[in-house]
Amino acid sequence: MNTLVLIKQVPDTEAKINVVGGKISEAGIKWTISPYDEIALEEAIRIKEKSGGTVTAIAVGDDSVQNALRSAFAMGADIAIHVKVENYQMLDSFGIAKAIASAIEGADYKVILAGRQGADSDNGQVPYILGTLKGWPVVPFAKKVEVSADKATIVCEAEGGEATYEASLPVIITANAGLNEPRYPSLKGIMASKKKPIESKTADISAETKIEVLGFEPPPARPAGRIIDGADAAEKARALVKALREEIKVI
Amino acid sequence: MPKILAVGEISNGVLKKASRETTSVGKRLGGAVDAILLGSGASAGVAELAKHGADTVYVGEISPYNGEAYAKAVVDVVKSKGYDIIILPHSWIGRDISARIATALNTGVISDATEISLEGDRVKIRKPVYSGKAFVNLKLKTSPQVVTIRPNAHPISEAAGAGKAETITVDASSAKAKEVKFEAKGGTRVPLTEADIVVSGGRGIKGPENFPLIEQLADLLGAGVGATRAVVDAGWCDHTLQIGQTGLTVSPTLYIAVGISGAIQHMAGMGSSKYIVAINKDPDAPIFKVATYGIVDDLFQVVPPLKEELKAALGR
Ligand SMILES: Cc1cc2nc3c(=O)[nH]c(=O)nc-3n(C[C@H](O)[C@H](O)[C@H](O)COP(=O)(O)OP(=O)(O)OC[C@H]3O[C@@H](n4cnc5c(N)ncnc54)[C@H](O)[C@@H]3O)c2cc1C
Repeated sequence: MNTLVLIKQVPDTEAKINVVGGKISEAGIKWTISPYDEIALEEAIRIKEKSGGTVTAIAVGDDSVQNALRSAFAMGADIAIHVKVENYQMLDSFGIAKAIASAIEGADYKVILAGRQGADSDNGQVPYILGTLKGWPVVPFAKKVEVSADKATIVCEAEGGEATYEASLPVIITANAGLNEPRYPSLKGIMASKKKPIESKTADISAETKIEVLGFEPPPARPAGRIIDGADAAEKARALVKALREEIKVI
Repeated sequence: MPKILAVGEISNGVLKKASRETTSVGKRLGGAVDAILLGSGASAGVAELAKHGADTVYVGEISPYNGEAYAKAVVDVVKSKGYDIIILPHSWIGRDISARIATALNTGVISDATEISLEGDRVKIRKPVYSGKAFVNLKLKTSPQVVTIRPNAHPISEAAGAGKAETITVDASSAKAKEVKFEAKGGTRVPLTEADIVVSGGRGIKGPENFPLIEQLADLLGAGVGATRAVVDAGWCDHTLQIGQTGLTVSPTLYIAVGISGAIQHMAGMGSSKYIVAINKDPDAPIFKVATYGIVDDLFQVVPPLKEELKAALGR
């Protein structure tokens, strides 16, 4: 059972984000695999450990995303595909999905895993766009995945509860927190990852983008707040209720 | 004026708050708005949406939920009636169908708008990115324009609409993924993403035996209950309550953080709250940087009298 994992490289969640001239300055940013994509990759490796086949990791972007693919190798991916495009920051979901769709043309993946959203823009659109372009079902927010020869059963977090889906193959599944605990790469894995070849493809998707990025801005400063004083906790509690009622009138 | 379609949500005849939000936003942007309601008991929501300005309301009866069928129903309406702008909530369902709809219409989607406006006939949105560490302004180059709006972040307004129901068919029989089982969770409290007030507990509550303190405070206020990842990982409450980068995004009027340090990953999920109250014994906790009101004290000393004060003030 061959699986494909969509890997996005994002700034580490602790990274400081600086906006310079309406763009994100990449200086000093440490990049990582988006946390949900790591969960997706772990799930693909578990499917392989159970039912055989290969795990392919694919990432769209400039040369820097090869780092994310090396990390995927270190965790246990067998094959890595880098779809090379420039001007990565201005890419939109449609462009990324189109690039992936053409890169995997003709390949035989039964399960395609991705994170439920990228930790940078939180869009979560690429899996759906890819699924719609290919005519494959998409099941999001997976908490449990079981794959047999001809179908997948997925338990997922849904509106107001937990839903179980059955889907035909190939299927695209997006990983939620709690699906698994991603493994740490072994030293052997890390060493081996440096030597494995990354397949390189190019895509010209400039005509495919649908979103116009007008510019980034730093977040607006929140209006200054105040610390509520009082002789003891009870007095502070009283003053807080008064402020909630009389100053901001929310209760 | 562009023709606008607001996508609503309804379940068992109960209209979701997000439906009023998408319709109100549509009315504000376009002057006129039609709506679409899919789900069980869909027709029960028509008169309600008319109060927010909806003229035609397409209703499609379907249960259980199916993303492929919902998306196709919306696409069919857009194609046959010709809409320029489609507004969806950035809810679980909105996320599940918006990009399917856009792709089937050969257009893009801009999502999770915390601000939205119209420039000429083009929608412009603003949304937080990188865990709220930056904002980005976006437009679509293609038409129709599909956009999702952050729940609870846009005002609901009243306006008289015609409220004319038009029945459409929604068919999940050919769907490639189908729901075979559903287990409701979350109990009787307001859903977190719809709640006007959210009370959240962090590791400062010390153990699962103290989580009811958070729940009691929330129930007094009719609020939703949330938690940090530290609390969820420790198993002190259900993981569906996690707020933050790897949990839910909430946007209430009032967010009360109890024993929460205010890690960037937590703030990613609650930073767009209008007012924030922080109760924490550490005066240097980062949460105080964003708090409207802060109480620096032991939460176990603050919450009990706070409950009493609220009971007295609210007459409960
Ligand atoms: C990739 C990634 C994703 C993440 N996603 C999320 C996410 O979605 N949501 C999330 O919440 N976190 C997330 N985290 C974790 C996050 O970094 C923090 O570890 C977490 O939010 C801390 O939770 P906390 O505030 O409850 O605990 P702590 O940081 O331990 O803070 C506890 C606070 O309670 C205070 N306190 C202790 N005792 C008392 C008392 N008696 N009275 C009053 N105050 C007291 C302390 O002063 C302290 O400030 C993520 C981390 C990573 C790396």
